[in-house]
Amino acid sequence: MSADATSDRISEVSKKFGISPEDYMLPARHMINLLNPDGTLRPENEQGTEPGHEYPLPSPARLMEAYAALVTGRRVNDQNSALVRQGRMAVYPSSHGQEACQIAAALCLEENDWLFPTYRDTVAVLTKGVAPMEVMTSFRGEWHCGYDPKAYKCAPMSTPLTTQLLHAVGVAHAAKLRGENTVVVAMCGDGATSEGDFHEALNFAAVFNLPVIFFVQNNKYAISVPLSQQSAAPSLAHKAVGYGMAGERVDGNDLMALMAIMTRAVRMAREGNGPLLIEAHTYRMQAHTNADDDKRYREDSEVQAWIAKDPVTRMKAYLEDAGLLTDEAADRIAQDAEEVAKTLRDGMNQDANTDPRELFEHVYSTKSTQLVEQQALLADELDREEA
Amino acid sequence: MTATTSSVNPNVSAATARAAAKAANENQPVTFGKALNTALADALVADDSVVIFGEDVGTLGGVFRITDGLTARFGSERCFDTPLAESGIVGMAVGMAINGMRPVIEMQFDAFAYPAFEQVASHVAKMRNRTQGKLSLPMVIRIPYAGGVGGVEHHCDSSEAYYAHTPGLKVFTPSCVEDAYLMLREAIDSDDPVVFFEPKKLYWSKEQVDLEDLARSYEAQKSARTEGRARIARSGSDATLITYGPSVSTALDAAKMAAEEGISLEVIDIRSIVPFDDETVSASVRKTGRAIVVAEAQGFASVASEIVARVQERCFHSLAAPVLRVTGFDIPYPAPTLEKFHLPSAERILDAVDQLQWEA
Repeated sequence: MSADATSDRISEVSKKFGISPEDYMLPARHMINLLNPDGTLRPENEQGTEPGHEYPLPSPARLMEAYAALVTGRRVNDQNSALVRQGRMAVYPSSHGQEACQIAAALCLEENDWLFPTYRDTVAVLTKGVAPMEVMTSFRGEWHCGYDPKAYKCAPMSTPLTTQLLHAVGVAHAAKLRGENTVVVAMCGDGATSEGDFHEALNFAAVFNLPVIFFVQNNKYAISVPLSQQSAAPSLAHKAVGYGMAGERVDGNDLMALMAIMTRAVRMAREGNGPLLIEAHTYRMQAHTNADDDKRYREDSEVQAWIAKDPVTRMKAYLEDAGLLTDEAADRIAQDAEEVAKTLRDGMNQDANTDPRELFEHVYSTKSTQLVEQQALLADELDREEA
Repeated sequence: MTATTSSVNPNVSAATARAAAKAANENQPVTFGKALNTALADALVADDSVVIFGEDVGTLGGVFRITDGLTARFGSERCFDTPLAESGIVGMAVGMAINGMRPVIEMQFDAFAYPAFEQVASHVAKMRNRTQGKLSLPMVIRIPYAGGVGGVEHHCDSSEAYYAHTPGLKVFTPSCVEDAYLMLREAIDSDDPVVFFEPKKLYWSKEQVDLEDLARSYEAQKSARTEGRARIARSGSDATLITYGPSVSTALDAAKMAAEEGISLEVIDIRSIVPFDDETVSASVRKTGRAIVVAEAQGFASVASEIVARVQERCFHSLAAPVLRVTGFDIPYPAPTLEKFHLPSAERILDAVDQLQWEA
């Protein structure tokens, strides 16, 4: 590798856009925002786009597909929160308010592309195709993630912050070495950008020129700590420059803008232009989890102000005005969402019935003598209990 | 890393390299380091999914030269340098293992592996369990460890207990040239993650071993020969020294000295700390009735402690004396001029042997 390979790559990409490497790597001066909160399309000169930072509008069919997933995502969040209140689930970190990010992150990928989600990305995992009850496995108190990551090309939802970003880098690296065209989206939150693995993952991805899109949902809080106490960077997207990759900011409650940005990001990554960092500005409408009390660290008025920017009502208004969302289509979409909610209700109302003997089965590819002994000990206890 | 693959056919070059090596090294003793290097090269030949990376492992061949020549022979896609970040190295290896590769990664020194601990404890060890066996992580984390080489602070830790304590990891440590080769091959071919501890002070030790014969016998073997199997390094009848890694040679020295005094010591080399071979250890202690565990690591809450507990649980009625430990003191690893006071010596082992409540 030559000493300046990375800068060579950036120079080449920026040349394609006819801009300087700095202008390519730096986020556009304004956040990319295509739809106003009331659902009207912003004038072209107010979308935040500029040379090299242009994002073609998604097709109507694509928008309808995304909107349907958005409605389902909202329904899933609300259903799961209700199940927690009813005591059917111990914990659920809701992405209420962040559903547009969730949908775009998963929907921009093709079947063989990988998604690396966090614990708050249930809706993204669902959108990637994982069956609803499989997604919920760990939240209902099971000991495993519930789905086959290889079958869905979706990693287990990661609880340790940003550790999964490096796994995303590794998956992309292995694919690249085999000459496969895989793109990987790695998700994390604003607080997570302070973690060391965030830095190491972005650096590795850039050095090895890997097709990874780092997708940061900046929902303004890391549990209770606001972004201002998390980072002194001009924006989280600006961090990209330090690694030799491009960063961009987008309105994270604007599904149209998110779809436009993520679609281009995936295409750019697939074409070999290296990793990208996308910062989506959104807001966590609910507490960190049901165990958290957000009244201790933020004003209710602040939360209320974000209701007006809701991603679902915004997209709905646009699609209705554009004549795309007919009453009939809206009914069908609502019905589909209700189906998923019903699946969750029915599934969660059944007990998991895990056999504790299974806890020894997958620690290693074959059980050690010691684990065989310990499993037998537990089995004996259980047998005596059942007798 | 460059985008081009090495044009060298590894099979052809392997044969040539072996022929040249044979001519030059007929009857020449082989170093522990060369055995590891050969194991890596043979694994690269045997399996396309094996990749090697870490700090300075490419052009330089590693600070201990264990990856010497591999980039030149196999190309920079099979053996390459990474940015200087241990968590990054381990985390990327996890992803590559998820996606069908068998990464063999090097932590430059024992204490330099600590930044990667979250990746190791939270993901490497748990991914298989978390996914009900759907994602296995066939990866090897090589860690040069322990002292006796006059290393400075952060270069001499015996950190095996941290890893051995974590379910989901296998922990191997060879103590002789033959095992260096065999155990590394087995570690690479294992479907589970292996933390592979290489005693630094043995890198330059030499033995008469025919690596080609060893390679042939490895390729022909049907099941693991070293995983979960302790090795009787020296047979004896009066007491058992249970040890591993860098302490095996010290224990053997002690056994030799004891023999001159008419005491017959058996030396068991654990070599596979996880999974642990209770059977071989217990059989020896039941035979001798006395045991001492010898290890460089600090003794408190250590692998040595675990072995003592296991021996007394299984062999209580055969024991003529309490099981003793000779380990490093519970102090940070000392400076080069003082390490000899910290490390278990043959003399300190013999003093412990004297305390095994021999009948007059």
